[in-house]
Amino acid sequence: MGKVAIIGVGQTAFVRGYPGSIRELAFDGFKDCMNDAQITAKDIDASIVCSAPEYDKQRSPSGVFAEYLGLNPQPTFYVESLCSSSTTGLKLAYSLIKSGLHDVIAVIGFQKMSEISSAESQERMGRGTDVQWESPFGTMMPAYYAMFAGAYMEKYGATLEDLALVRVKASTYGQINEKAVYRKAVTLEMFSDTENPMSGPVSSPLRVGDCCANADGCSCVILASEEKAKELSAKPVWILGLGSASNPVNMAARNVFTALDAAEIAANQAYKMAGIAPKNVDVAEVHDCFTIAEMLAYEALGFAKPGEARDLVRGKETYKEGSIPVNVDGGLLSKGHPIGATGGSQVRTIVQQLRGEAGDIQVKDPEIGLVHNIGGVGLYANVTILGR
Amino acid sequence: MGKREVDDRFKKFGTVSFTSITKTNDFVSQLEQGRIMGTKCTKCGLQFFPPRADCYQCLSSDMEWFEVSGTGKLMAFSKLKYGPVGFEEDLPYCIAVVDYDGFKVFGRIDKEIEDHEIKIGMKMKTVANTLPNDQLNYVFQKA
Repeated sequence: MGKVAIIGVGQTAFVRGYPGSIRELAFDGFKDCMNDAQITAKDIDASIVCSAPEYDKQRSPSGVFAEYLGLNPQPTFYVESLCSSSTTGLKLAYSLIKSGLHDVIAVIGFQKMSEISSAESQERMGRGTDVQWESPFGTMMPAYYAMFAGAYMEKYGATLEDLALVRVKASTYGQINEKAVYRKAVTLEMFSDTENPMSGPVSSPLRVGDCCANADGCSCVILASEEKAKELSAKPVWILGLGSASNPVNMAARNVFTALDAAEIAANQAYKMAGIAPKNVDVAEVHDCFTIAEMLAYEALGFAKPGEARDLVRGKETYKEGSIPVNVDGGLLSKGHPIGATGGSQVRTIVQQLRGEAGDIQVKDPEIGLVHNIGGVGLYANVTILGR
Repeated sequence: MGKREVDDRFKKFGTVSFTSITKTNDFVSQLEQGRIMGTKCTKCGLQFFPPRADCYQCLSSDMEWFEVSGTGKLMAFSKLKYGPVGFEEDLPYCIAVVDYDGFKVFGRIDKEIEDHEIKIGMKMKTVANTLPNDQLNYVFQKA
């Protein structure tokens, strides 16, 4: 059985208040990807639509998208794993191609979060955790990650400034990413200025600047069998490794609050499948829904030992010129986080890096890239390794 | 035929409950009596908090209740400045996990405790609590 390639990537800009319906949003992301892949809808023999369904009025959006994008009568499937939905879609597409059932699959991730208020949206996200036993206490995503941040800082001595430095790095690249929702500079001074909105408390110890923003957006990735990839694409990027794992949803069933252990399990699976070690990764995209999440990702992926993520941050090792560039597209912190679209956007960045088409954020000659995409509070973890 | 009686006691749990019917509804009746209860599998002895009706280890549904008593250690916490819809009146509040060595409890820290007194590793006990809207939950207090 041959390899599986990514032959097209695309995304809309991630924005506040997309001026159209979800099918129109999907069209914009799909079109960007089709322009990249230089293929037609007839070349695609199945589609997988990925999102967190609670934001939509539309039940089962895959059917609506398949019609609007001209993907009938090919089969279309719908998948969700909260914020990691589109890399779950990618893994399923890989499996469908690897099995020989399909040859070319479009993975379309989207979310239109702007139709509900931020508080409602937070409540819906909170319901991605245990609604029976935790939501009645009034939980929200920032509060969960804040528990991890507090426990991590207490155990390892990391500081609020370490967290803020992650956001400062993100903004360095967010400013030059035309697809990002937040494009202003963020400085350490903004975090220490109590008058500045960035320093405002959200859920202790996390502040406004530690959190990514909601956004509307769509990403699209096209996967193909080795044979089809060679026929259709001059610049295929190969899927070398895939890993996935889960954690208990209820915090009472977690063993640690200083790491997201499902991500470590997923990473080890992906490294094993790809036959590589963490030091072989040239460029990475990690799920920085909160600053603390990026630091936990460094450790789950083996870029840093437990408690030493801050050394990477302080040493600027994860900047474009550093030893392991991470989120040099601005990450979720700058791009915004349209739940179902996020994983596909991360994959797009890595594919562009490996093709040498990343422009101002191009890392020098990368051969292996990694995508770390998390759903919920480390509930679902997907790690994907790509190579030229 | 009479109207079927619905046991929806669980709707009393928390500021806003998202569940009304569960096989662990007795938890709420116990909470009304001031007791916080978990379940223990009578077959393999595994303890669960929050309580479960079913054991994943031996697939038995034969459970007995046990009381969450004594003290545990604070593992993690965060104080929320913003809350979801329906929780505005409670703000600010602190969510936390307390480790009882054998099981853990997720809940809120009692508002009576000052911020500077809250330290990871501190000993805490779990106490039944009535909310301003007459709903029920439980809170962690200094032990």
